[in-house]
Formats: sequence, C-alpha cells, structure tokens
Amino acid sequence: MENRYCLGIDVGSTTVKTVITDIDKNIVYSKYQRHFSKVKETVTEQLDLIRKNYPNQKFSVSITGSAGLGLADSAEIPFVQEVHCAFISVKEKYPDADAVIELGGEDAKIIFLTGGVEQRMNGSCAGGTGAFIDQMATLLGITADELDELSLNAEKTYPIASRCGVFAKSDIQPLLNQGASREDIASSIFQAVVDQTVSGLAQGRTIEGKVLFLGGPLHFLKGLKKAFVKTLELDSEHAVFPDDAPVFVAYGASLYASQSDDTYSIDELVSKVKNARVSDNIITGDPLFASQAEYDSFIDRHKKFDLGYADIRTYKGGAYLGIDAGSTTTKLVLITDDGKILWHHYSSNKGQPLDKIANEVKTIYENINPDIVIKGSAVTGYGEDLIKSGLSIDFGIVETVAHFKAASYFCPDVDFIIDIGGQDIKCFKIKNHSIDSIMLNEACSSGCGSFIQTFSMAMGYDIAEFSQLGLFAKHPVDLGSRCTVFMNSSVKQAQKDGATVEDISAGLSMSIIKNAIYKVIRANSPDELGKNIVVQGGTFLNDAVLRSFEKELGRNVIRPAISGLMGAFGCALYAKEHSDGNSSIISPEELHNFSYISKSAHCGGCTANCQLNIISFGKGRNFISGNRCEKGSGKAKKNNIPNLYEYKYNSILAIRNQNQPKNPVAKVGLPLALSFYEQIPFWHEFFTSLGFETVYSEESSREIYYLGQHTIASDTVCYPAKLTHGHIENLLDKKVDFIFYPCMSYNINEGNSDNNFNCPVVAYYPELLIANNSRLNSNNLIYPYMDLNNRKNVIRVMKDALKKYNISGKIPQAVEKAYNAYNKYQSDISKKAEEIIAEARKDGRKIIVLAGRPYHIDREINHGIHKLVTSLGMAVVTEDSVANLAEMPELHVLNQWTYHSRLYRAAKYVTTQPDMQMIQLVSFGCGIDSITSDEVRNILENGGKLYTQLKIDEINNLGAARIRLRSLVAAMEQK
Amino acid sequence: MAYVKFTEDMIKTHKILVPNMLPIHFKLLIAIFESKGYNMELLENESRNVVDEGLKNVHNDACYPALLVIGQFMDALKSGKYDPDKTALLITQTGGGCRASNYIFLLRKAVERNFPQVPVVSLNFSGLEKDSAFKVTAPMFLKLLYAVLYGDLLMTCYNKCRTYEINKGDAQKTLDKWQKKLGDIFRTGSNEYTHTKKLYRNILNDFGNIRLSDEKKIKVGIVGEIYVKYSPLANNHLEDFLISEGCEPIVPSLLEFVMYCAAGTFNDAKIYDHKTMQSEIYKIGYKLIYSKQKELIKVMKENGKFEPLHDFEHLRSLADEYINQGVVMGEGWLIPAEMASLAQSGVENIICTQPFGCLPNHIVAKGMSRVIKQNNPNANIVAIDYDPGATRVNQENRIKLMLANARR
Repeated sequence: MENRYCLGIDVGSTTVKTVITDIDKNIVYSKYQRHFSKVKETVTEQLDLIRKNYPNQKFSVSITGSAGLGLADSAEIPFVQEVHCAFISVKEKYPDADAVIELGGEDAKIIFLTGGVEQRMNGSCAGGTGAFIDQMATLLGITADELDELSLNAEKTYPIASRCGVFAKSDIQPLLNQGASREDIASSIFQAVVDQTVSGLAQGRTIEGKVLFLGGPLHFLKGLKKAFVKTLELDSEHAVFPDDAPVFVAYGASLYASQSDDTYSIDELVSKVKNARVSDNIITGDPLFASQAEYDSFIDRHKKFDLGYADIRTYKGGAYLGIDAGSTTTKLVLITDDGKILWHHYSSNKGQPLDKIANEVKTIYENINPDIVIKGSAVTGYGEDLIKSGLSIDFGIVETVAHFKAASYFCPDVDFIIDIGGQDIKCFKIKNHSIDSIMLNEACSSGCGSFIQTFSMAMGYDIAEFSQLGLFAKHPVDLGSRCTVFMNSSVKQAQKDGATVEDISAGLSMSIIKNAIYKVIRANSPDELGKNIVVQGGTFLNDAVLRSFEKELGRNVIRPAISGLMGAFGCALYAKEHSDGNSSIISPEELHNFSYISKSAHCGGCTANCQLNIISFGKGRNFISGNRCEKGSGKAKKNNIPNLYEYKYNSILAIRNQNQPKNPVAKVGLPLALSFYEQIPFWHEFFTSLGFETVYSEESSREIYYLGQHTIASDTVCYPAKLTHGHIENLLDKKVDFIFYPCMSYNINEGNSDNNFNCPVVAYYPELLIANNSRLNSNNLIYPYMDLNNRKNVIRVMKDALKKYNISGKIPQAVEKAYNAYNKYQSDISKKAEEIIAEARKDGRKIIVLAGRPYHIDREINHGIHKLVTSLGMAVVTEDSVANLAEMPELHVLNQWTYHSRLYRAAKYVTTQPDMQMIQLVSFGCGIDSITSDEVRNILENGGKLYTQLKIDEINNLGAARIRLRSLVAAMEQK
Repeated sequence: MAYVKFTEDMIKTHKILVPNMLPIHFKLLIAIFESKGYNMELLENESRNVVDEGLKNVHNDACYPALLVIGQFMDALKSGKYDPDKTALLITQTGGGCRASNYIFLLRKAVERNFPQVPVVSLNFSGLEKDSAFKVTAPMFLKLLYAVLYGDLLMTCYNKCRTYEINKGDAQKTLDKWQKKLGDIFRTGSNEYTHTKKLYRNILNDFGNIRLSDEKKIKVGIVGEIYVKYSPLANNHLEDFLISEGCEPIVPSLLEFVMYCAAGTFNDAKIYDHKTMQSEIYKIGYKLIYSKQKELIKVMKENGKFEPLHDFEHLRSLADEYINQGVVMGEGWLIPAEMASLAQSGVENIICTQPFGCLPNHIVAKGMSRVIKQNNPNANIVAIDYDPGATRVNQENRIKLMLANARR
C-alpha cells in the first residue's frame, strides 16, 4: 500500500501518547501529554493535532494502555495490551535486549526476552510506580523533577517499605518529622521503587544482560535511573535508556496496527472517540446536597461551634501555646487565660516541621503585645519529641489526650471523637469522661486527608477547589473503601466510565468516610458510635467529607470551626491546666539565633545497631531519633524492667550452642524462622542427641531479608514468612549437609479447642521454599510431614527421613528426649512469667501481655516493640506464658488453631487481672488475625479491658506504635 | 456459643436461602433438598449493595468469599423480599485449617446483630453442628453426589457449546432443558437419576447436536479458590468475559474438589498415623466416587465431542510431582495438580483466581507456578486477585496480557 501510515495511541493512567510510523516502521511523529483524567478530551485534542499535520490521511490504528482499554472497547477501535506493545517494539528496535523494565503511571511491568519469554505486570496491590513517586513528591511539597534533583545529592538511603505506596508513606513521614535530610529521603524513595520492581516483579528470576528501561519515570528521573543501574549492577552498555522511551509503547501500538488492513480517517476516529458509549455499570450514590438551601442550613448549623477571639496586639495577660506537629501539617494555637484564640496557624509542613514551627513561633513573637506572658506550652503529634527539645516546650502530650481535651471543651458529654488528619484516622470512644477505646487506621488503609490532596493535584486542582466541586455533584461515584492504591484504580475505572470530576470528588469524600466507619472503627451501626460525636482534623474542614459522614451515620455531628486545630488547642488547654506560671519555651533572642545541624550515626549500643539521626541545636542540646530503645538516645540508661520477649529470645539463642557433638554425624541446618521459634528446643535436642551438629541461620535482619528477597513467590504473604527465604539462603551459604524443616498441618494440641491446626503458611512453607529456590532440592532440604501430637508418628517419620544415617534404633530415645526438652523449655517460660508478674507487682508496675505468635519474638519482626513497652515503665509477658492460667472463654468463632487459641485464653486471663492489659501484635497480611482480633477485642472489652492492636510489617518505624502505647498508658491512668 | 438453632418445625415454616456459588450445580442440589421437604431458594442478587453489606458486616481483612456470601445474605434479608421470621440461611462449612471454616461464625455474628431470629444452617460432611434439624443422610449424600456429576457434565458441555455455537442461545436452551429435567427428577424423588449412563448419553447427544463453528479459539483454564473460581459474582463473570474475548473457558469440575476433600481425610490418616473409623469410611466413599467419575469419563470419551473430566487418580499422581498431598488447607494440592493437568492436556493458558491475601494460595498457587512453568515451558499462568476494591479494569487488563502472550 502506498503512503501507508500507522497510528498508535497509548492512553495510560496519567498520559496520552501518540506515535505515527511510516511504511518502513520509522517514527515520523510523536507526542506525549498529561491527560489529567480527561481521557476522551485529550485523545481528541491529539487527534486534531494530527489532522493538522496529516490532512486527508488515513491510518491503521490501535489503542493501548490501561485507560485505553475501556476507550478502545466502546469506541470500537482495535486494542492491544500495553506490555505486549512494549514487547513488539523492543523486538523491532532492540532485538538483542534480554529484559525490559517499564514503569508507568500506575503499573510496573517487566519482560524477560531471553531464556523463556515472560511478560509480567504488578499485581493489584503494589505501589512503586510513577503515581507513587508523584505522591511522595507531593508529600515533600515539591515536584517530581525537584525530587529527582534532590536525590542526586543524597548521602545515604533509608529502608523504606517498597511494597505499597501507603506503607512507604508511613515510613517516610516519621523520617521527615525526625529531621532526616530531604536529599536522603528522595534517593530512598527511588531505591524503594527499585526494590519493589526487583522483588515484586522479578519473583525469582534474575534481571541481567542487556536491560531496556521504558516509561515516563525512567526517562525523566535521573535519580531513578541511577538507582536501577546501581542495584542491577549494569554498565552503560547493558543499561539502555532509549530516547523515545516515553512513546515506546505507543510505537508498539502503531507497529501492531500495521498488521491490520483497516484504515480510518482522523474524522472517523474523532467521531468514534467522541461517541464512545459510556458504559452504564458505574455505581452512583445520592448527591451530598440536594439544594443550595440545604447546604446553607448545614453551614449555619456548624457555625455555632466556634471559639472567641482576642487580638494578639492588644490583649494583656497570660497566654498558652499549643503545637500539633502532625504528619503532614503543622498547627499552632495561642490562647488566652479564658480560652480565647490569640493566634492560630495551619499549614503543610512540607517535610520540614521544625523549621516551619520555629518560623511560626518567630512570627508570633513579632506580633505579640509585650504585655502578654506565655505561661505554658505543650506539643503533640509525630514531631513531638523533636519540637519539644528543639524549642524547649514545657510539655509533650500524646495526641489522643490532646484531642480529647479539645473535644470536651466543645461538648462536655462527648462520647465519640473521630479525627481524620493528613495521614491517620484516630477514633476514640469516651466512657465516664475517660478514653475507653482507641482505634487508629492501620498503615494499609489510610484513605486520609493527604490522599484527597494528592488526588486533587493529580487531577490538576487545588484541594479546596476540588472538594468544593463535590458538594453539588449529581451522581457521586461509588469508589469502594479500600486502600489508596485500590482507590486509584477505582477512580481510573470511574473515569473510563465517564464520571465527571465533580462525581469523583464527592465519591472520594464518601470513600474516606466509609473507610473510617467500616474499616477503622468497624462499626455495624451508627448507634455504636455514640450520641455526642465530635469530628475534627483538617480533613473534616472539607464540607463534602463532613456531609458524607453525617449522611452515612444518619445523624448530625459537631464540627468545631477550629476542626483542623483541635490537637493544638488541646495542647494549649493542657498547658494552661498544668502551667506553674512560667514557661521554658525558647525566648525570642534564642529563636533569633536558632539553627541546627543534622547528621547520621550508628548506635552500636547493641546488635541492632540502629541508624541514628542526630540533630544538634548547639549548647549541648541534641535530639536523637531512629533508635528503637532508649540506649541510643543518650538519655535513659537501659532499664531493668522485666521483659519476657527478651528472655524467650535469649533462651532460644542460648540453646544453639548447647551439647554440640565433637564428631558430628552431619551438619543439619535449622532456620531461625516461623515455627522454629517454638520448636528449636525440640529439634535441637533431637538432633544433637543423635550426634548431629545443628547449624542455625543468623538472627533476622534487613540483610537476611534481602538475601532471600528474590525467591519470594507471593508479595502479599506476611513478613515473618518472607524472612524465612533469607534464612534458607543463609543456611545454604553455611554449607550444611541438609536443612531440616518439617511440614505440619497440626500443631500441638493444648486442649480446650475445636482443633489444633497451624495456619496454612506455617504448616506448608517448606513446599513453597523448595519450589522457588533453585538451590534447594530433595537432598539438601528434608521436609517430612508429621504430627507432634503423635509420638509414634514422629518416630516413624524421622526414621524414614534420616534413613541414610543408619540410626533408626536411636530415634525413639531421641524423640523422647526432644519432648522432654520441649516441655522443660515451656515450663521454664511459664515459671519466668510468674516471676516477672511477681516482680512487677512488687514494684507496682503494670503488666502488658504482648500477644502474638512464637515468631514475634524475632527482633526484625517485632521491631523492638517490647522494649518500647518497658520504656513506658510496664513489664512484658507473652501470650503463651499466661494462656494456661485461664480456661477457654466462650467464643463466637471456630477455635481451631493452636497459636490463636492461646490468644483467647490469654485475653481471658488478662480480664481477671486488674493490673494487666493486652496488646495484640498482628503481622500485616495475616488473614487469620482478621478472625482472632475481633474475638480478642470482644473478650477484653467484655471484661472491662482496653483492646490495643499493633500491626507490624517490614517497616521498622515505631512512631505509630509509640502513639498507641502512650495513649494506652494515658487511658490506663484515667481508668 | 448460643445461637438460633434450626428446628424440625422450621423445615415446614422456613425458606432456606442459599448463596450463589455454582448456579448449575446448586440448582440441582436444591432440588434434592426440596424432595425432602425443605423450601429453598438460590440467591441471585448481585448489586453493588451486596459488597457494601459485606464490608459493613464482615471484618474487612476477612477473605472476599466470606464478604460476598455474607453480603449477599444481608442484602437479601434487608431487601424486604423475605420474612425474617420465616427465613433461614444455608452456608457450607469445610472444617479445614483455612480460615474459611469460620465463615459460618462470621455469618452468625452478622445475622445476630440485625436479624437475631434467623437461624444459620451448616452444610457440612464432617459431622459439625450435630444438633441441627438440617441433616444430610447417607442416601441424600449419594444423591448430592449424582447431582454434582450431572452438574459437572452440564457445565462442561454448556461452556464449550456457548463458546462455539453458531445460533446464539442454543447452548442456553439445552442447558435450561436439562436443568429442568434433572431438577424434576431430583425434586420428585424419582430414582431415574441412577440411570446415569442413559442420562449422560442423552445430555451429551443433546449438546452434541448443537451446531458449532470450527473456529480455533484460545482455551483458558480457570483454577483457584473454590468460590472465586466458580462464582460469577466473585470473579466478575470471568467465563463470560473470556468468551467475549474469543476464548473457550475450561473450568475443572466440582467433583474434583469433592474428591480432594475425601482424599484429604485418608491421606492425613496415612501421613500422620491417624487411622480412624471415619478415615476408613472416607476411603470407601472415595472409591465409590471414583468409580462414578470413571463411569462419566468413559461415557464422555465414547461420545468424543467434549473434553472429559480429569481422572482423579491421574490428578493425584500429577500432584506428587509438585507438592505433597498432605497440603490440604483451602484447595491445597488440587490447584497445582489442576494447573499441571490443564497444561498437559494442551490448555496452557491458565488463570488462577484467588481472594486477595488468600493464605493457602500463597503456597499452592503463587508458590507453585514457578515449578509448573518449569515443567511445562509453554504454560502461561496469571494469578488474579479478587477483592472488593480491585477493579474490573485492573483484572481484565492482566487477563488481556495473558491472552496477548497466548496469541503470540
């Protein structure tokens, strides 16, 4: 065919790309443009441009891209899957490439070309893409390009959770608040993206040879390129960044189009796109406000809850400063003796809370009437410690206390407070004027304020404008109520289906509310929340969010006009109540010369070797963060508060060197992972008594995790399971004769339960290990099935497993010894628990049952939470050590797992002990705990106890845990 | 725990609602219960409100099937269509180490809060909840087994015919005809269902008479967690989508799951030296079921027009290449066995469906795909997660990628 041109249109999640190729497959035209979710308009715009350049030309056409899928379907234009497009163009242009990595707006893809072609995409739960980078940049208050510039000057990288955008965010936020340099954070963000790609996508396949990098982010961001090249150890010859990377996929689409004989004129295409049938499967709700009048009366109603104001330039007398150094925002309130507001401030902290707040205090000093005396000051929030030492603030209080104080001011009978801030949702129930239970969002589900903000920016609006749009939307879209990553794709789908920006804005407000009510509060009916509900937090300043909340509850709530400042206001009230008339707050002179130097160091106080961040304010005033215990902070010395987690962990470690035979039969490797944390006493005794040398993997650490990262098959499995992969690699490196790791459907029957299963992951993990680690085979991994409840079975199975060592005759006795060792170990733990409880009682300490699983004693899994508990002056025991002290309570679930059954009994026991509380540790991704946690909560709350759950994952930042624990302590004191 | 029991009287007064997992099979199963005097209805409500009710009433980290089944019940109860004083709910209970065994408790918790009078009935074959008036007797069990066999045959024939039929609607007509006919047989308590060979042949002939095109289509196997694999509500009508994409969906039979459960009991007995009366009975039961499966396979082979069911003993031997048959939580070793069997029989494109975060599937699905690909280099496997928040676009795009690979 003469003069034949082909057109490829790539409609991604954020951009539209068009490419025209000629008959020789050369690119003769290309264009790259952001679409701000106006997909049809942008495509039409680009088609119009093409018409100008190629009037009267006909094209073979195909559409590709995640947002192109729906458009192509409804416009009846051929569609080709985008990863396949990349494959086609790579085959054409770089036939010698071995692998392709493509990062798009919301997808990450990898193609292996040699050694078995394979094309992969990220699953439905995975950040680490362009949108993730944009989100992180927003968090820092900069553009993606600026982020890139920053990253080039980084000195170090911090570990940031790479699995999911939300997770990474909760890693970065505390780093920011602790004063880590933005350069380092920028490069850490890119490194997280790389890790995500390598572990999440490659899944066991090594990325090597000539690697092609595609997609917008990998084209524009130098820092990201650098991180990939470095991590994959590629030289310039093997890392290829094509100039036309941004339109590479569109190029593939045009090549694909060339296979078809159908041609279209631009006019035809434009009319097809314009008339694309909008699908009707979009689900919508009622408008937030039916009329302007309804809106007006809503506004009037909420106006009632405001404070008095006084003029900072004329007022005379005492004043109290409250500071809320939140995760993304900074709030300050200065009040008079009678609670009037003299000054208030609310702004994004742009990742520099200390500078922001110091500046704001400076502004206050510049404006303040010299006759005002600041008599007290208090600070709360993520940045509490930093601000407190930096600006010599009098009091640091936990957020929940601050919020409760402020809410009671507006509504003395308040029985429920919900605060939706930038990064977290906090809810608390109030009973008898004290905090009764606290619910915080888990790291996974933060559909919070910063989410709307990031979204509005992505759609090209500022936040106020964007949320205003939703107020009168006619058909708010139902976007579901899951995590941010999911909501992104819900929005994508809604856009595809033709939802307007107004409908999406209203839909997002509703999502946030549904997320809060059903996921965080887990309420079944509005009545459960309470009668007098106070809502606060910056997000509730958004009328659309407030209205959604009232609509979902079917009842009116109180939103103070200073909704966004409640934490700070509560602090000011606290300072007023506790002031002795003088405040230690930094003076105007000191503030004038205020400066600080931030540097990093390693603690070296113990094997954890925490990475510390030291900020010196001069005059010997330092603020140290990054430490998991008090040791590194240079303040307190190591406390001697009894801690069964420490004891158990050390007992397990101590066993390793006992009774090792002089002339071993063979070396058997035992991984320090999952069920072994309980069964080491058993297997150690078994093997050493048979003359085997037992070799253990090193203690868990981030390094151990990275060691096995490439063999992880499922990116949503729990962190304890993921760590196991590293332990196996470590044992293989130690050249053991074989690794022993039994499979067990059943765990030990401890009675009182319907059954005694292991969870599927604990039961069968060796099956997954051998299938995904090519170094393992049936000779070097022995993984027999057995039931520890049945000694005969254990003897038979072990005889068979160790057949080649000709020791059958000795096995029954070894099994006998193993059981004895196991029982001895268990009774030792119980005895130690008794001692700890007695000692704590003697010292008048509260006791926390930190309840989880045996493997939660692993420091890399618990991140030192037990030390955090003791640092608050409470003793720690474990669930298994007290479970046998109570009968099984009446349950509403099938009680069929050994480890989980202990939780119920331990919870029951706690309810009988006035000086005990329970904290449940839940590993992220543990499906079984979705069942146990509700039940444990039930047992505890029915017994008059508080329920506290801490979700833990690979993130080792304890910011959120600290707030929870301090809130718990505050609530316990009030009780 | 105290909960509302299903009493003898309720058999007459109550309508029992049944969640929709496998429409073809469940309609037949219901007919059997109706012959015993139970009044049952298969739920077909599918609106977004089903998911919303699920989110409201179930811990959001619980798996998607629990959320949907409970959401479907709550949506139905709240619709006003049913008198809560005269309605009961039926749910299956497997009793394995997977959290699915807890569905019934989650359902009871949800129901208790809103409709405390509504009893929840457990359908199980492990002797759980013995105090219920809802009983499956041995003869009934046998009948249910036949219903599963007929259901599998209908499903297999129907899926093939609707993929290739020249006159749109032929397959549906034939299905409806047989669904009614078999339903009537079971409902009336007639013994005609035992004339298996004759009925099988008639079904095969009827479907065989449908005019099919000889177009070459991509065959796509669907394996995975049992509810998500079969339920159109859960998998966003996956079979329909595949057909609209010009593929032939190949769905393994429900009987395989039944046999997997039976085998699990005596396998466990062997592995853990737990031999009991019950495990011996299961062994006999298994042999009986296997002989029935072989009979169906034989008739299907004779007919020759439809791909016969996977021989279960063959599946077991395939499983041994990849995983121990001791892996019995969730769908356990059955998933890798089905994947391998599909790949071996030329169905190299496989979608593995699972609820997001499904615990057993970490091991048996995602964990096994590497080795299956290793032994079947052409296997093209994609794992798709289902979840209230996962969008259809996201899922379809990944399936399209798999199809692009298939067409390459």
